[in-house]
Amino acid sequence: LLMFSWCPGAGQDVGRSCILVSIAGKNVMLDCGMHMGYNDDRRFPDFSYITQNGRLTDFLDCVIISHFHLDHCGALPYFSEMVGYDGPIYMTHPTKAICPILLEDYRKITVDKKGETNFFTSQMIKDCMKKVVAVHLHQTVQVDEELEIKAYYAGHVLGAAMFQIKVGCESVVYTGDYNMTPDRHLGAAWLDKCRPDLLITESTYATTIRDSKRCRERDFLKKVHETVERGGKVLIPVFALGRAQELCILLETFWERMNLKAPIYFSTGLTEKANHYYKLFITWTNQKIRKTFVQRNMFEFKHIKAFDRAFADNPGPMVVFATPGMLHAGQSLQIFRKWAGNEKNMVIMPGYCVQGTVGHKILSGQRKLEMEGRQILEVKMQVEYMSFSAHADAKGIMQLIRQAEPRNVLLVHGEAKKMEFLKQKIEQEFHVSCFMPANGETTTILTNPCIPVDISLGLLKRETAIGAAPDAKRPRLMHGTLLMKDNSFRLVSPEQALKELGLAEHQLRFTCRVHIQDPRKEHETVLRVYNHLKGVLKDYSVQHLPDGSITVESILIQATAHSEDQGTKVLLVSWTYQDEELGSYLTSLLKKGLPQSTP
Amino acid sequence: MAAHLKKRVYEEFTKVVQQQHEDLSTKKLRLTKPSKSAALHVDLCKATSPADALQYLLQFARKPVEVESVEGVVRILLEHYYKENDASVRLKIASLLGLLSKTAGFSPDCIMDDAINTLQNEKSHQVLAQLLDTLLVIGTKLPENPSVRMRLVEVACKHLTDSSHGVRNKCLQLIGCLGPVEKGVAKEAESQAAKDVQKIIGDHFNDQDPRVRTAAIKAMLQLHERGLKLQQAIYSQACKLLADDYEQVRSAAVQLIWVLSQLYPESIVPIPSSNEEIRLVDDAFGKICHMVSDGSWVVRVQAAKLLGSMQQVSSHFLEQTLDKKLMSDLRRKRTAHERAKELYSSGEFSSGRKWGDDAPKEEIDTGAVNLIESGACGAFVHGLEDEMYEVRIAAVEALCMLAQSSPSFAEKCLDFLVDMFNDEIEEVRLQSIHTMRKISNNITLREDQLDTVLAVLEDSSRDIREALHELLCCTNVSTKEGIHLALVELLKNLTKYPTDRESIWKCLKFLGSRHPTLVLPLVPELLSTHPFFDTPEPDMDDPAYIAVLVLIFNAAKSCPTMPALFSDHTFRHYAYLRDSLSHLVPPLRLPGRKLVSSAVSPSIPPHEDPSQQFLHQSLERVYNFQHLDPRGIQELLEFTIRDLQRLGELQSELAGMADFTATYLQCQLLLIKALQEKLWNVAAPLYLKQNALASAAAKQILEETYKMEFMYSGVESRQVVIIHHMRLQAKALQLIVTARTTRGVEPLFGMCEKFLQEVDSFQRCFISELPHMQGSFVDKLLDLMPRLVTSKPSEVVKILQTTLRQSTFLHLPLPEQLHRATANIIEPTGESDNPLRFTSGLVVALDVDATLEHVQDPQGTVKVQVLYPDGQAQLIHPKPADFRNPGPGRHRLITQVYLSHTAWTEPCQIEVRLLLAYNSNRSKASTRVPKSTWSESSEALPPLENGIEGTIPFSKPVKVYIMPKPARR
Repeated sequence: LLMFSWCPGAGQDVGRSCILVSIAGKNVMLDCGMHMGYNDDRRFPDFSYITQNGRLTDFLDCVIISHFHLDHCGALPYFSEMVGYDGPIYMTHPTKAICPILLEDYRKITVDKKGETNFFTSQMIKDCMKKVVAVHLHQTVQVDEELEIKAYYAGHVLGAAMFQIKVGCESVVYTGDYNMTPDRHLGAAWLDKCRPDLLITESTYATTIRDSKRCRERDFLKKVHETVERGGKVLIPVFALGRAQELCILLETFWERMNLKAPIYFSTGLTEKANHYYKLFITWTNQKIRKTFVQRNMFEFKHIKAFDRAFADNPGPMVVFATPGMLHAGQSLQIFRKWAGNEKNMVIMPGYCVQGTVGHKILSGQRKLEMEGRQILEVKMQVEYMSFSAHADAKGIMQLIRQAEPRNVLLVHGEAKKMEFLKQKIEQEFHVSCFMPANGETTTILTNPCIPVDISLGLLKRETAIGAAPDAKRPRLMHGTLLMKDNSFRLVSPEQALKELGLAEHQLRFTCRVHIQDPRKEHETVLRVYNHLKGVLKDYSVQHLPDGSITVESILIQATAHSEDQGTKVLLVSWTYQDEELGSYLTSLLKKGLPQSTP
Repeated sequence: MAAHLKKRVYEEFTKVVQQQHEDLSTKKLRLTKPSKSAALHVDLCKATSPADALQYLLQFARKPVEVESVEGVVRILLEHYYKENDASVRLKIASLLGLLSKTAGFSPDCIMDDAINTLQNEKSHQVLAQLLDTLLVIGTKLPENPSVRMRLVEVACKHLTDSSHGVRNKCLQLIGCLGPVEKGVAKEAESQAAKDVQKIIGDHFNDQDPRVRTAAIKAMLQLHERGLKLQQAIYSQACKLLADDYEQVRSAAVQLIWVLSQLYPESIVPIPSSNEEIRLVDDAFGKICHMVSDGSWVVRVQAAKLLGSMQQVSSHFLEQTLDKKLMSDLRRKRTAHERAKELYSSGEFSSGRKWGDDAPKEEIDTGAVNLIESGACGAFVHGLEDEMYEVRIAAVEALCMLAQSSPSFAEKCLDFLVDMFNDEIEEVRLQSIHTMRKISNNITLREDQLDTVLAVLEDSSRDIREALHELLCCTNVSTKEGIHLALVELLKNLTKYPTDRESIWKCLKFLGSRHPTLVLPLVPELLSTHPFFDTPEPDMDDPAYIAVLVLIFNAAKSCPTMPALFSDHTFRHYAYLRDSLSHLVPPLRLPGRKLVSSAVSPSIPPHEDPSQQFLHQSLERVYNFQHLDPRGIQELLEFTIRDLQRLGELQSELAGMADFTATYLQCQLLLIKALQEKLWNVAAPLYLKQNALASAAAKQILEETYKMEFMYSGVESRQVVIIHHMRLQAKALQLIVTARTTRGVEPLFGMCEKFLQEVDSFQRCFISELPHMQGSFVDKLLDLMPRLVTSKPSEVVKILQTTLRQSTFLHLPLPEQLHRATANIIEPTGESDNPLRFTSGLVVALDVDATLEHVQDPQGTVKVQVLYPDGQAQLIHPKPADFRNPGPGRHRLITQVYLSHTAWTEPCQIEVRLLLAYNSNRSKASTRVPKSTWSESSEALPPLENGIEGTIPFSKPVKVYIMPKPARR
């Protein structure tokens, strides 16, 4: 059987994740992301690839969304409402809760701010969400009779999951984005030894092995602490969800531990709603938060308060988390402009910044910025860079492969050159084949499916009774008839097969003539043969019948004198097909001749 | 058969009834028991359905069966076993058989044959497994019988082919527990099966059922524990099991590999897919390291734990565990640790504020990068970053053990340990601080590391801070900047948490005495002296200033040039501190001054110590008082007690000893005073006042003796005898007093009898000590014992009175070390004027923080008492988890006490104090590793000493101001 994996979106590219898998006749779409870099049609995957001219609902059996980042779910309302898809969409409970908030935010920015038309509406988001079926971790969901999916914990962001898709005995695991090292609010990704036929894994950090998280955390805390002690203000531009919560927890616990008093603010907006969900989905967080939430939910921040525009001018130290994360617009930029002039203050960039943004400029050491209105802003505040990324690094990816023991690996969501390195490593270490398709490319993987066959109990018992004790590690031969009927396979005994098929049994007999030189009379010859056989075949019942023939079990032996030569006797040996083994043995025995007579 | 059995049961019945006549006194309770087996038999016969029978059996199982009737019960059960068709009933019977054969004192060899026979016809797998379990119990009860064990092992081997995993499991377990361990026995074995137990078990490493595989490995480990040397051939098998699908198999396999690596560390194993060979222990180490990144956390914990005990591993492999080659876009990147080190060595400290700071450097050869490493690479890096804190703690522990045995490794793992100081879970942080302390003699902290360590000083958890102080006490710092940094951070800590004062001073004391040369250049700055100008004299009561002085004075002790830098007031302050904080400030040889109190120097052994001599001399004097007149004796005792108490205050090392003896002398003094009263001769009822005095004395002596027995650690049996003797005297005194005050004879009978019993038990308990007690009260009493037993109470009292007067005073031998249990409540401080307000009827939690010293088993003995103004007292038992053990002999109680009361009109003070609970059953006499005689007898003691339980207050009470408000409606 064949399995396809076809990627209209993701492939060797970051952003716009969308993978199509055909497994044993079922078509599943994994993720439905958008590309942040484009503002035209290219931002969404090209769904016309999937069916040239047919309804998507007919073609796709289900859609699975791994987590709520827009590059994994951003195109969903477009796909389901505007292109048209009515089938089930699966995602985890936190993803289902948070996803619409982000989509709505994205819609607002695109439509309200940039003034685009022909974009999905709020109602479409709502309608789309109605099609979503939420799943629990490790819950096996039966999509239809054959297709089943199961979610595993993936770390990365709240509610991120890896999905196992299974049809019959063929299976695919799609990782989405995942993180193998735990952080302050989420645990590490985990798979059992599910041995899928194909593991589709992200490979963002295919060529990176990262340093321990602790050093980075410590540096971060130290820098914040020092600035606050000096009386400076700290600005941390973040995106609303994911890393922001991690940093909040980090600072919150540090404040708690060190008994600090300086205020921490979080710029409001969609974050508050999201934080609410973080409080609810405690089971999806890491060990520490899960264990202590009875005393205090870690997301009930004691030291972190909502930010008000007026606070930025307050004297004294403070820490402010503000959106967006690249300092290109909005509140974070406003605060940055206010604070940039003071060398006591500090800005910490917790992530990567796209070229052209203010964040990128200051990180690359630019000290004089030209703002709109030809103002020149001199940056005196300290600029720090702190990478907190929640993707698995090369080691993490290898570790996950080791855990799952797949037969094939497919790399997506990364850069081609880096993937090449990882591919080579995977093939070398695990001796499994590894693929890295480009956008729109189709990869075919041959699987070796096993076909379950029902065996009738009677037959099984009969067969096991014959041989030695069963040994699960060794294959065994058994006799039976394979019946293929009504799309099912059964192994039954021949009699039953005949009965079921309504066929008559045909007897098949082999007969063979053996010439023996024996001058004696016929009945004497028979007697000699009888004695000889009786001597040799001790375990079988050898009988001399009154009509002058001999039977060994069901094999019949008759002797007649040769018509021409009386000294040659012709022995007629006849046996049925079932006794082939014994029959041929007997003939070969008789062909050797009789022993010298011993009267 | 059945008839015969029934007969047996009834025989038993009658027999025991007869026994009851023989000795009525002790075996009263056995009267009804034997009917049990009979009743069971009747019940089982009555049972109409399996469910009924099961009910009877369940009821039966709840009651204990004594040794004599076990066999009978077993026979009855077996009889029913054969008759029973229902598997669940048979299962219960089988399990009962196992329970019964566990009965202490019962030797199950008589039922073994029957038990084995039952196996033969059993069809149900569950029952079979249960029967094998029973056999296992029987086998373990008969350790001295190799032939029985042999037979059982054979039986087990026969059932190893069973199709049920449960049965195979039990068989393997049985073989593991009973299989022959010595070579000799194996040769004699008649049957093939029992010959090579290891091979039999090894064959089941590949069983299809994971539970059986686990059982096989466990059985192998069991054999190892019992002393069988496992064969090296198992190693390769075990290695394969590491890749098993099931976590329990992997977990057990890790253990097995560890065992083998300890057995054959030096043998050579080949590396697969290459021609090289390495030592087995290295190979095993690599494999276990690999398991640190296993999918199951149970296995990870197991692996991380075991790593710690693999000390024979070569250093090359060991150091790999901390290695993780970083790269970014295929270019080699340095770890933050390496960068920090480099920055440090280049003289620039803690900049690293640039984006490209960690920019990757050289290109990496793609072929050389090994992502999933075969060796030990980065095992600890992974372990310390693990998701589960259990794994992290295990990894920290393992690091600690390995670092203790390898200094170079200790140096390397330092960075990682320092990182752990910022773990999110306090337990992990604490553990890593403790670990660091343990390996601190192997390491010197770099400045940047010290910086990270010191940052933790601001932690709000007191445990963490105190652990860190302890760590700083024994750390080596490399530069004077380091010392300065430490001092600055400690002072910061002091201002933030003033309660840490003592602990910080102590820490600075050690810091100073460890690094005199580093402190020397800092002195002018620290004391803010100026070459030309006089600076203002700092405030002597400022804890921060004291802290600085403690550091400097301790450094000056081994640095004679330092005092030259001191200004005048420093010398004055020294004199003051030397007096007030003598435990923190050492004696210094200062110019122009004579060495203060040079007498106490640690080099003098304790017995030559003058204060110790003084103690002994004053005791000698007391023991010879026999010749003095009563007045003189009393005075001498009073003076000696005063001397001893003062000595205890001055010399903290001798405090325990001095207090102990003083208490003893106090008892004696009270006794003498009570007996000295001239009014004894006058008719009793007239002299109530005198009686009050004597009975109060008796009561106080009793109390003091309990204090002596339970409040001091290091009390030996010699002292216990004396204490008990004193108590006996007090009881005699009590008896006499009561005899004189009460009219009528009836109550006296009971008291006399009780007293005599006590004398008797005293004799039995301390029979070995009696020869040392010539002329004492008890000695004389025992001589008179025959007379006492027969005489009337009034005579007894008379005799007691005379013996009490005539008896000599016993010497109290002093043990080597004696410490008095003390407790000090740190919190609540009792200084607050703000009442703790709460609504009446609800509870308020009061944080209690106390240090306990020299308390044995504080979890069991220390209680918190709350006294309300209305006289109500509340006793609270703290949870065992509330006690921490920061050092030998020291404990820390941090707990919460819940208070509640009905409404008051105005705030009032309650008292909180700590009590030491004691129970004479748990007395030191019986818990101590005993001299054969009285350990046995103390078990057989009649229960008259039971129930003497009490509490001794051993801390100063602290007053807390509270105010329960009436509830608002």
